[in-house]
Amino acid sequence: MTGNPQEVRRPHGDPALDTPLRKGERRDSLSAPARRRLAGFGRTLRDNGFRIGLAETRDALAILTSPAAIQPTLLKPALRALFCATHSDWERFDEVFDAFWLGRSMRQRLVLAGMPSAPRAPPRRVAEAHVPQEALGLTDHAERRSDDNAETPADSRGRREGASRTEVLTTTDLRHIVDPDDIAATHALAARLAHIMRVRLVRREQIRKRGRRLDLRRTIHRNISHGGTLLDLAWRRRKSKPVRLVVLLDASGSMNLYTAFFVRFLHGVVDEFREAEAFVFHTRLAHVSPSLRDRDVTRAVEKLSLMAQGIGGGTRIGECLATFNRWHARRVINSRTALMIVSDGYDTGEPNQLGQEMRRLRRRCKRIIWLNPLIGWRDYSPQARGMQAALPYVDLFAPAHNLASLAALEPYLVRIL
Amino acid sequence: MTLKHEEIADKLAAVGYVADHDIATALWLMDFLKRPLLLEGEAGVGKTEVGKALAAVHGAELIRLQCYEGLDQNAALYEWNYQRQLLAIKARESIGENADAIEEHIFSETYLLERPLLAAIRRNKPPVLLIDEVDRADEEFEAFLLELLSDFQVSIPELGTIKATAIPRVVLTSNGTRELSDALRRRCLYHYIDFPDVDREAKIILTRVPGIDTALALQIARMVAAVRKEDLRKVPGVAETLDWAATLFGLEMHDLRQEPEAIYETMICLLKTQEDRARVTREVSERLLGKVA
Repeated sequence: MTGNPQEVRRPHGDPALDTPLRKGERRDSLSAPARRRLAGFGRTLRDNGFRIGLAETRDALAILTSPAAIQPTLLKPALRALFCATHSDWERFDEVFDAFWLGRSMRQRLVLAGMPSAPRAPPRRVAEAHVPQEALGLTDHAERRSDDNAETPADSRGRREGASRTEVLTTTDLRHIVDPDDIAATHALAARLAHIMRVRLVRREQIRKRGRRLDLRRTIHRNISHGGTLLDLAWRRRKSKPVRLVVLLDASGSMNLYTAFFVRFLHGVVDEFREAEAFVFHTRLAHVSPSLRDRDVTRAVEKLSLMAQGIGGGTRIGECLATFNRWHARRVINSRTALMIVSDGYDTGEPNQLGQEMRRLRRRCKRIIWLNPLIGWRDYSPQARGMQAALPYVDLFAPAHNLASLAALEPYLVRIL
Repeated sequence: MTLKHEEIADKLAAVGYVADHDIATALWLMDFLKRPLLLEGEAGVGKTEVGKALAAVHGAELIRLQCYEGLDQNAALYEWNYQRQLLAIKARESIGENADAIEEHIFSETYLLERPLLAAIRRNKPPVLLIDEVDRADEEFEAFLLELLSDFQVSIPELGTIKATAIPRVVLTSNGTRELSDALRRRCLYHYIDFPDVDREAKIILTRVPGIDTALALQIARMVAAVRKEDLRKVPGVAETLDWAATLFGLEMHDLRQEPEAIYETMICLLKTQEDRARVTREVSERLLGKVA
């Protein structure tokens, strides 16, 4: 795709949808300008993250040349059904459609909301076209951060391209990511991380499944035709329970610098893992997987962030775990479950209770992972009383202050799950 | 036979499906472009109903395949009737038939058990194939489905390739348990079904609970809409609304405001988990009632 994407996206004033029929042309052929307009619409959709192939464009042409194209009210829903493939497409389609055909301006958010996994990322290019020096400014940011805090590797100096931007983001402490664009990028990375984790885990799972046993019953059935001589053997594959990940996220005041990011990660986890459950706690525990599941990402995350803000009071980890054990554990935890607690361990409740509940959890789960963003800070040692009480029951106590530390978990998960 | 767009909308109404304009368009487009339709939406918005309504519209047979984890081709496509084969072998051996003839015989159509997918492509009149909750099936099965949906032919090693006699109309539904592959999504038309708005839900109640008065139906629809806005674990679907409407109708209620106590008690039709039940207390129920009635 060449040329300036902005030019394509600029809405034209003339709604050319029904021109071919208005002009009274033959129905099976569309005028050249109308074809071009349609192609332009396809390109606009592609620029906005829709996946549209030749087949869709051809079918769109068929719709436009059909008798139904006379009814203008039918065109939008018809093209919508054809061009959309996911719920998020569905929600954005109307605005893109109106912008292109009716010349209504699109909200900026939509133009920027490119799909993170799309091979090309025109939205970013647009952003850069608006603010060409943005990338330079970013490197600046990173350097300043590394001055403040020696955690960012110094080699980030001087790189200017998208990839290095990503690299910098993965190693920057999440507390220091303040620029809205960077935050968005970090969130996208967090979501993708969940995806990568799942892909690897599943692959491992499939290899493991290859251990085969003879399925006698089916073998006999299959060999009836040979008069009962067993020639053709049927193999049984071990059916393994899918890996399940249960995440408990601390959303208390002391964690608030990290919460938004972890909420995005949670959304990714719930979206990607077939068996995943998410809980958020501060002074009370809330089961949040339903609100994370099959909803608009932004809305889910916003809703959760609201929930997660808490009341600014303390964290009662012990009580929340008790609620979890009492109400949810039976349903949510099976033998193949890894429990991930994300918390800084600052507990305003009774440490004894926390210890006791951790012991109960220990008996139920395969593994308990405790992620503590504070580990990434220099000179941190788990002195908080709550943390002390919980540590004996934790299999892995790991940092989670940046994306790299989260990514480092994956090999461990692969091993234990 | 392709129906016109208006005809589909009219017929949907005639078979008791209260459709919005967009779904009628999608159903028309399915026929026009000969593509399957993928329906997504939350549980209980009536995705399966669309398949049933479509079958009724075309006067076609509805063949339904319910997907689940571990669903394989044997359960979805075809299987041999092993017991009958066994008996046939015994019987024919006893009259001294040779092995080749026996094999020829027992792998014939007589011993083939049709499962939904095979059944769908072997009908003379195109049926409606409803593949329900396709997201629950494994990824391998999805790939197989994709192949079937593009070629409409299957090969059975013992019998050879079977081509579709009539291309079925295919409706797939998904609840979003798992992300479907891009390939499958692109093969299909897409429609997202939301919960019906108050007017449409009232119409649905009027159609499905005959005899109920319009004012009550409207009140019920408003109340359900209000309940859906509460922060619930399981949001009540249209089926729940209908259950509740039938209950209230059975109790000979005419105005929700008259008996708040009965409303609270019958809300078990809408709230299906203990948590939700605990959340919608008497007070909440009365507050909602105050707002809608």
